[in-house]
Amino acid sequence: MTTTDTFPRCGPYPAAAPFAPIREELTTRFGAMPDRLDLLQILVSIQHRLGYVPAEAISWLATNLGLSRAEIHGVVAFYSFLEETPPAPYTLRFSTNITELWQGQEANMARFKDLPNVRALPTSCIGLGDQGPAALVNGYPLPRLTATRLDAIARAIASRRPVAEWPAEWFKVDPNVRLAGPLLEFAFTPGALVERVLAAGDAAFMEMLRASGLRGRGGAGFATHAKWDACRAEVVPEKYVVCNADEGEPGTFKDRLLLSDHAELLIEGMTIAARVVGAKQGYIYLRGEYLWLYDRLNAALEARRRAGLLGAKVCGAADFPFDIAIHLGAGAYVCGEESALLESLEGRRGVPRIRPPFPATHGYRGRPTVVNNVETYCAIAQLAGIGAAEFAALGSQGSAGTKLHSVSGDCAHPGIFECAMGTQVSTLLDLCGTRDPLAVQVGGPSGRLLFPEEFHLPLDFSHVSSGGSFMVIGRERDLFELVYNFVAFFHHESCGFCTPCRSGSNIMLNALQRIRRGQGTEHELQIITEAAAVASKASHCGLGHTLGNPFQDLERGRPAVFQDRLRDSPDGTVLDLKRAVAEARALRER
Amino acid sequence: MTDQALGITIDGAAVPCQAGDTVIDAAHRAGVYIPHLCFHPEFGPHGSCRLCMVKAGGRYVAACTTPATPGMSVESDTAEIKELRLRITQMLFVDGNHFCPACEQSGQCQLQATAYGLGMQDLHFSPSYPKKAVDASHDEMLLDRDRCIQCNLCVRASDRVDGKHVFSLGGRGIETRLMPNSASGLLRDTEFSAEDRAAHVCPVGALLFKHDNYARPIGRRLYDRTSIDRIGNRRADDAAPGGSAP
Repeated sequence: MTTTDTFPRCGPYPAAAPFAPIREELTTRFGAMPDRLDLLQILVSIQHRLGYVPAEAISWLATNLGLSRAEIHGVVAFYSFLEETPPAPYTLRFSTNITELWQGQEANMARFKDLPNVRALPTSCIGLGDQGPAALVNGYPLPRLTATRLDAIARAIASRRPVAEWPAEWFKVDPNVRLAGPLLEFAFTPGALVERVLAAGDAAFMEMLRASGLRGRGGAGFATHAKWDACRAEVVPEKYVVCNADEGEPGTFKDRLLLSDHAELLIEGMTIAARVVGAKQGYIYLRGEYLWLYDRLNAALEARRRAGLLGAKVCGAADFPFDIAIHLGAGAYVCGEESALLESLEGRRGVPRIRPPFPATHGYRGRPTVVNNVETYCAIAQLAGIGAAEFAALGSQGSAGTKLHSVSGDCAHPGIFECAMGTQVSTLLDLCGTRDPLAVQVGGPSGRLLFPEEFHLPLDFSHVSSGGSFMVIGRERDLFELVYNFVAFFHHESCGFCTPCRSGSNIMLNALQRIRRGQGTEHELQIITEAAAVASKASHCGLGHTLGNPFQDLERGRPAVFQDRLRDSPDGTVLDLKRAVAEARALRER
Repeated sequence: MTDQALGITIDGAAVPCQAGDTVIDAAHRAGVYIPHLCFHPEFGPHGSCRLCMVKAGGRYVAACTTPATPGMSVESDTAEIKELRLRITQMLFVDGNHFCPACEQSGQCQLQATAYGLGMQDLHFSPSYPKKAVDASHDEMLLDRDRCIQCNLCVRASDRVDGKHVFSLGGRGIETRLMPNSASGLLRDTEFSAEDRAAHVCPVGALLFKHDNYARPIGRRLYDRTSIDRIGNRRADDAAPGGSAP
């Protein structure tokens, strides 16, 4: 599965494009009998070219991949960006993270609701929170949606102008680096760090990794050397290195920068990992929202191959074959969970696996697999360059190195900030230009909601651990809407596998809706509290374990936000008799 | 062979284990019932219903997916865990459309029996009344998604025993639905037959035989006189108690 694809800007899509013309292309790319593991990649390819996955394509896949139609339907239906219904010429997916809703995204979406040729749909955060409100048009990003820009987009749609001909300026994503530190400024000759590891030996690098104290940058903070050790201990010829580039936590976009402007660093880190654990193949699992980075990233891989830094003999070492392929996701937050990511990488529904066994011993195709995120691999390369002592000295006790923060929301300078581990929340708030905010959401919806009395806390693994999302919430904002938005997000992104997350998120969302409509009582609060507790205790994976966090944080920190919204009726009566019989009265003309 | 050295304790009582046991394997062999719906002795763990939650080492874990490690101390029959299981059961009820009094499977249903076993008196949560399509196209079997708890047992049985791949789960989150494998999407157009193993593993009334319903009078149904913790994982049409469950 090292097939490369290409994803140009597509559309307007015809109402029901035939499948036959692209069947040839798919056969050339994936072979006459494609690997079952390629299912999702083929679906993504079809979806992007035709705007949907036609029934003929499903039949063709079922026959050629030896799968049941139901299984293929099951995969298509799991991913938000795959569809079986014939497309509109243009599909606009508006990012509905709370910071963008607060920037007027509802009105932006409504503007396109009744226009011909276009569908306006909501979607989870697309990684452009620092230059929002933003949307995707047929998969490509449109940041900075001002009224003028939206008018221009509406005109382009009305005249059925091909997306490929829309002005490049509309798609321009700014790097938005506000504060670069030792990681972003780290300079090296591609391949030099791999050579250094080759010269020093795997054991020496493992010792450096252990001594550095490097921990995974995804937020959970698992010791990287322990993960690698477990994988190294497995004596099998087939192992894998996987990069989690499924940056789905709302408000996060630092991987966007690393993937677009620092791909060399990422690939260098993955290559070192492959050498040390003994993998011959690597995969970058790129979130569907970052499809626009696919061709660029592929070019970086191709350049490495031409330079002899990927391929049969990496850096000329006869005993070191290694290559990397990109695998696209298709709109599913849960695939950021590493075992769900592996399921998706194998072309299935992104349902988290039963653990143990863990990926380090039973990962991709059941083989030992190291899964780390983009920032972690970059830090690995940096570590190989500067050594353990210097790396550890960059951070705080127990939290070595620096951390990239994606800052968005109510501040003067949204963008990417590289700070030493252990930097206080208040310091970052000062840096991004905000005065006296109401609160800050650190680590996204699954992270923590912090109030001013907690702003002295350090951002590190021992205090406030963050995957890199930092949303500033201004004084004028309504924290109830924040929690409502986050619960709706989890509800939408729950894979549906386990009861506490599937049913619990639904119970929470329904009860919050009753409160939002002014029909909530103490009963609703109690129900939400219980459902959140059950989900956090009994869910199958981290998504369910954390979906109650936003509610619990707000309920603990500012209980009045909920209390002020409750009806005064302590018995839980919510029946408004006049409203309930209004329709019947109207029908009887009374 | 069980090995005392590998043993665990459940609520203080010693439970011998075999190598490779999960907590639920060891418990059921020792005659200790842990509620479950998606786990099945023949098909193994799935980990989705979460009814078998226990506490081990201060952490909440699913007994069906957690390896029994030597010396592990498991809390199962405590007030806290029973309340957790009760809430999960209630979540399953409001997640579908379960109208026990009119259901053909009443008295033989594991979800209902589990609810009785946990002392469930009400739904607790507001019902969500989801729209779920009924598929009555098949001659012998009815697929009523209202009652489906997405335990995946029919999927597993059709894949592994019948080799027919009749079922698959589609959709995501609250929209997850059981889907028959046919171009029409109807059960009629699949290879499904009432003789399939998949037709005999549904723990609820989602896959029902069309004929002979309500044949057993109240009082003589599977769980009428004996509670599920004593009957274990068994369907009304099973000849003998399934597998190792007590």
